[in-house]
Amino acid sequence: MSNGLALLSIFVLSVFVGFEVVAKVSTTLHTPLMSGANAIHGIILVGAISVASNATSTLSTALSIAAIILATINMVGGFVVTDRMLEMFKGKKKEVK
Amino acid sequence: MNRNLYDLLGLIAAVCFILALKGLSSPKSARRGNIIGAIGATLGTILVFWAPGGQHKNLLPILGAIAFGVLVGVPAARRIQMTQMPQLVALFNGVGGGAAALVSTVEYLRLGSDATTAKILATVFTVVVGCVSFSGSIITFLKLQEIMTTRPVVFPGGRFVIAATLAALLGSAGWVINSGGTKPLVIMGLLALAFGVLFVLPVGGADVPIVISLLNAFTGLTVAASGYVLQATLLIVAGTLVGASGTILTRLMAAAMGRSLFGTLFGAFTAKPQESSGATETRSVKSGSADDVAILLNYAQRVVIVPGFGLAVAQAQHTVRELADLLTSKGVDVAYGIHPVAGRMPGHMNVLLAEANVPYEQLVEMEEVNPTFPQTDVVLVVGANDVVNPAAKTTPGCPIYGMPILDVAQAGNVIFLKRSMRPGFAGIENELLYDAKTTLLFGDAKDSLTKVVSALKAL
Repeated sequence: MSNGLALLSIFVLSVFVGFEVVAKVSTTLHTPLMSGANAIHGIILVGAISVASNATSTLSTALSIAAIILATINMVGGFVVTDRMLEMFKGKKKEVK
Repeated sequence: MNRNLYDLLGLIAAVCFILALKGLSSPKSARRGNIIGAIGATLGTILVFWAPGGQHKNLLPILGAIAFGVLVGVPAARRIQMTQMPQLVALFNGVGGGAAALVSTVEYLRLGSDATTAKILATVFTVVVGCVSFSGSIITFLKLQEIMTTRPVVFPGGRFVIAATLAALLGSAGWVINSGGTKPLVIMGLLALAFGVLFVLPVGGADVPIVISLLNAFTGLTVAASGYVLQATLLIVAGTLVGASGTILTRLMAAAMGRSLFGTLFGAFTAKPQESSGATETRSVKSGSADDVAILLNYAQRVVIVPGFGLAVAQAQHTVRELADLLTSKGVDVAYGIHPVAGRMPGHMNVLLAEANVPYEQLVEMEEVNPTFPQTDVVLVVGANDVVNPAAKTTPGCPIYGMPILDVAQAGNVIFLKRSMRPGFAGIENELLYDAKTTLLFGDAKDSLTKVVSALKAL
């Protein structure tokens, strides 16, 4: 199998996994789920670091450093804000005890 | 690092993301899911510093940029008021899309004429969709923050401008694919930014959450496409997961709001300038005092509280719980009727009320609470409007027509706590305010509730 085809297979299978894992989410969790998914695509940080460490010109370096900053904000901020949302759901359980 | 070991650890990170989304779909495991996702992301990020075959240049600037991003992102996420959280998510999403567009651009510049057609296509996709996601998210942020109007922005000939921009965008994409080079790529990026703005401007306030969710899915796909450009499996898996689950989530949200996804998306092409009704409202409303409200509540058997964004703005969730506890102690049956899209995003109210430690059993979803309204004596609407507006059933053509609503008109009495007669986020007049069984208590939701609580204690 060629490399391109292997990546395409991974893509197609991931589509189905993505459909399946969230199929039964309750309305209560729509917002945290969106926020969590938002944090996950912050993984573009990996791509940004990778292009920055192989940059060939000043322009590429500058653009990829900008991408690292944006991607870090996306990833780290996303996970922190999702955790804050979910922390509140947990607080409620404590009171029941 | 050994290539096989590197790929294996990358696979673990990808599995973390699948488990994260799975966990986030159920209340019990949601927080754990988010933490698993964060672990996966951390693993992936650390791993890339040992990527086999890389040149590992610019280590200090890279670490500095990460530190800077953390210093901006973490305080923003920690300090934001829960009411403003939807726009923060929109902003995070936008910068993610922008980052993906930049990453593909840099790789495209590096490859130069070595780029294969498939990689050029993936780059075009990333830059176009990433830029649309970036500028579109900025506009949704401005709308939610109410820096700009929340109403649909439609100007004469708007759809021709949008169609022309789209045509130019496709043309420039063809130019990049055919001849390549930096200049066509920059022009294409600028056109995509403009298209993102034009695409979101005509979207009405009530539809903004759906658009955020859609742009989130878009960003996921751009990350997957840039993963293809970089030949990075982890990016493909993570991006595709977000793209696919985001699409499902967008559809679920649209269904919860009774909106057609197609109508929301292509509103830009079909929107006509709305004629504003110049007639000022002169009909009389019945406004009451806190004491009147307290008496109504005191002698009720069953009270349903309908919270809305006004409650969130006034930070009144603790006061409303105090009122509910007081009523319960007086033997009144109290429940909260939660509309799926009350607030600014689906589930927003559940988050806020959970913050105030409202018992989970009292939060009743729309389908369950609607049949109980005929047996309900008093409905207390706290800062909500669109979600109880009967126009959604009775006025075909109004922006919220078809959205399922809470049938509060079926109850014995309806009390609205409102700041003013201003219509809700969707900008539509609410007939229910003029109904004979409706009492209005004007003022900030928290002040009003505090007054009602003390009046109730005095009874």
